[in-house]
Amino acid sequence: MERNKRQRQRKVLLMGRSGAGKSSMRSIIFSNYVAKDVRRLGATVDVEHSNIKFMGNLMLNLWDCGGQDSFVESYLTNQRSHVFGSVAVMIFVFDISSKEVESDMHSFAMTIRALHEHSMNSKIFVLVHKMDLVPPEQKATVFQQRAVDVRSTCVDEGFAEQQVEFWATSIWDQSLYKAWTQVVYFLVPNATAIEGMLRRLADLLDARELILYERTTCLVVTHITRESEGQNPYTDRFERISSILKTHKHSMAKHTGTMTSEVSFAEMQIKTGDFMFFIVSFTENTNLAVVMPGDEAAFNAARVNVQLARREFNHLDIVEPSGKEAQRQQ
Amino acid sequence: MRTLFSENILSPSPTPAPQPNPFELLFPSSLSNASSADSTQSSPRQNEWLTQHLQNQQRAESETSNQANHAANGQRAPYARRKGNPKLLFMGLRRSGKSSIQKVVFQKLSPADTLFLEHTTRIETATMQSFITFESAELPHHLSATAPDFDHHAVFSNTGAAIWVLDVQDEYLTSITEMIHTAVFLAENYPRVNFEVFIHKTDGLSEEYKYETFREVRQRVQDELSDLGHGDRSVSYFQTSIFDHSIFEAMSKVVQKLLPQLPAMEALLNKLCSTCRIQKAYLFDSVSKIYVATDASPTFLKDYEVCSDYVDVIVDIKQIYGWHSQEGDGKAVSESSNQDDGDIGESMVTYDRSGDTYIYAREINDYLSLICVMGKGSSTDKRVLIDYNVGILHDALLQVFKV
Repeated sequence: MERNKRQRQRKVLLMGRSGAGKSSMRSIIFSNYVAKDVRRLGATVDVEHSNIKFMGNLMLNLWDCGGQDSFVESYLTNQRSHVFGSVAVMIFVFDISSKEVESDMHSFAMTIRALHEHSMNSKIFVLVHKMDLVPPEQKATVFQQRAVDVRSTCVDEGFAEQQVEFWATSIWDQSLYKAWTQVVYFLVPNATAIEGMLRRLADLLDARELILYERTTCLVVTHITRESEGQNPYTDRFERISSILKTHKHSMAKHTGTMTSEVSFAEMQIKTGDFMFFIVSFTENTNLAVVMPGDEAAFNAARVNVQLARREFNHLDIVEPSGKEAQRQQ
Repeated sequence: MRTLFSENILSPSPTPAPQPNPFELLFPSSLSNASSADSTQSSPRQNEWLTQHLQNQQRAESETSNQANHAANGQRAPYARRKGNPKLLFMGLRRSGKSSIQKVVFQKLSPADTLFLEHTTRIETATMQSFITFESAELPHHLSATAPDFDHHAVFSNTGAAIWVLDVQDEYLTSITEMIHTAVFLAENYPRVNFEVFIHKTDGLSEEYKYETFREVRQRVQDELSDLGHGDRSVSYFQTSIFDHSIFEAMSKVVQKLLPQLPAMEALLNKLCSTCRIQKAYLFDSVSKIYVATDASPTFLKDYEVCSDYVDVIVDIKQIYGWHSQEGDGKAVSESSNQDDGDIGESMVTYDRSGDTYIYAREINDYLSLICVMGKGSSTDKRVLIDYNVGILHDALLQVFKV
C-alpha cells in the first residue's frame, strides 16, 4: 500500500562485455540518438545511472554498467550487493560478432550467479546484439545456438526457464525496438488494466487497430488488434512504427530548431481510401495511434470519441500521485 | 517501387516551352502580372478561380512564347518541340560521383551503399517513370565528348540538360578545364542543351570552405567562358552531396527547367499559397522525391527536407496499413478509379494545441503529391477552406496535364 503512494522505482541493470553495444542501445532508445550518432560514444566508466520517467507511475532506474574487465571485477567483488541488490530486470547484451565466446559465457555465468544471490526473482532479458554483422542465412541458426547455451547456463545457476527471454537485436533495424518494447511491457505496472480498457475502446470505435506508445521513446506499450487486421503481412509493424515516428521526430526537431526530446505533436492524420490513421496525444506520457477503415464519418466520430475517452485513462498514468488518487486504482 | 496513388494519369505530350531564365527558377513579370490581375478579380469569388486561372494560363503561355527570351542569347534558335522524353546527361571525371547520383536519386539506393558501385565503362542509361518519363544517361570519363570518333549526334541531340559533376574534394582544376572544353563544344553545336554544374561531395567541407570553393569555381568558369567568347552562355551551379538533401534539391531545379508545364503549375501554387496562407508548397514526385514545382516564396533547404521526410513517413505507413489493396487484385483498383473523389489520400500533422496545421499533404495522382508547410492561422475552422482550395488545385493540375 505504501508503495502505491510513491513512484514505483524499478531497477534495471544493463550489463555485458565492453563494446557489446549497451550504451549505444540506451542512447538510441532513451536519448534520441540516431543509429549513426552512436559512433561518438566512448567507453562507459563504471556505472552510468539514468532515471527515466515512464508511464503508469513508473520510474526506471537504469544502470548502464561499464563492461571492461576491471569494472566487472569490481561489481562482482566489492560492490556486489550494491549493484545486484533489488534488481527488477537484468538486460545482458552479447556481441554476436565477438570471437571470445567461452570467456563471454564465463563472465555471463559469474554475473548471473551474483544476481541470483541478491535478486533471485528478477527477470533476465538476453539480447543477442549486432545481428546485422551475421550473414542473413545464418542468422536463425546462430541465434538459436546461442540461446540454447545461455539458457542452460541460466538453469545451472538456479533461474527458472520462464525467467529468461531471448531477443536478437541490431541498432540498424527495428529489432532493437522490439526487444526493448518487451522489457517495457514487463515493467509497466498496470499493462493488463490498460489493455482491457483499450479493447473496449477499440470495439466502440470499430477500429482496425489501436497502438498505445510512450511519447519520448516511441516504444509501443501495448496494442489491440482486431480480427480483420490479423492478416496483416507486416507482423513487425509495431517496431516499424516506432522507428518511423522516431525519425519523424528528428526531422521535425531539425526543422523547428528545437530539441528532439521536446518535439511532440498534437495530432497527425493520414487518410486514404483504404484506411485512415491518426495519432493523438493520449495521456501525460503516451500517444495513441488509431487505424480505422476508410470511412470518413467513422473517422471523425473516432476522433471525438478518443478525446472523450482520454479522461478515463488519465488515472492510469499519473505522474505526481497525490495519496488519494493513487489509491483509486482498480 | 512505392507510389502514393492508385491509377495513372495520361502522360502529357511535350508542348513548346517558354525560355527559362538562367539562374532563376521563378518566372518573369508576365506571369506575376497575370496572377496579380487574377487576384484582384477573384478574391471575392473563389469558385471562379478555376476558369480565370485557365484563361490566365493560356494567356501567359502565348505571351511568353512570343516574347524575346531574357537570356539575350541571340544564337538560340526559336523554340522547337523537343522530341520524346526529356533526357539528362551526366558527365565528369572518373570517380566524381555520376553513377552514385543517378542511383541515389532515381533508383533509391542508400547513399552508404554507393561505396560498392563499380566503375562505369559504357554509356549507361536509366529511365524513371513519372508523370513524364525521364531518361538519364551517364558518360564515362574515357569517352570524351570532344573526341572525333564520338557519336555526338546520338548522344546530344535528345538531351535536355547536360550536367557536369565536379568533385570538390579531389583536384578540381583539371575537371574545370575539361568542363570548359565540353561546355564550349556544346555551346557551339547544341546550344539548346542546358548546361549545369554540380559542385559535388560538399558534405565533407566546413561551411565557409564550401562557400569559398563554390564561389571560386563559379568565378573561374565564368572567366574562362567569357574569354572564349561564350560569356553569355547560361550555366547554373549547384552545391550537392548525396548524403543530404542537397542533391535532390539540385536535381529538382534541373528537372524543372525541362518541364513545359512549369509556369502553369507555379502560378497555381502561388495562388494557393496566397489564399490559404501557406508558407511553402511543393509538388513532389512521389517516386524519386524530386519536387517539380514550388511557389514563389524563397526556398530554403530545410523546408524541402522536412517535406521530403514527411513523404517518407506517409509512404511507410501507407505500406504497412494499405495491405488490403495490395493483396486485392485489379478489381479493387479499377473500381476506385471510377470514383473521382472517394480515394484521394490526404494527411496533415499538427504540433500546436491551438490546432494550427503544420504540414499538409495531398495526393494529386499516381506520381504527384502536394506537400505544404503551413503558416500561422491555418487552424481547424480554416481547414474547410483549405480543403476546398486544394480540391480546385487538384482539378486544375489534372487539366494541365491533359493538355
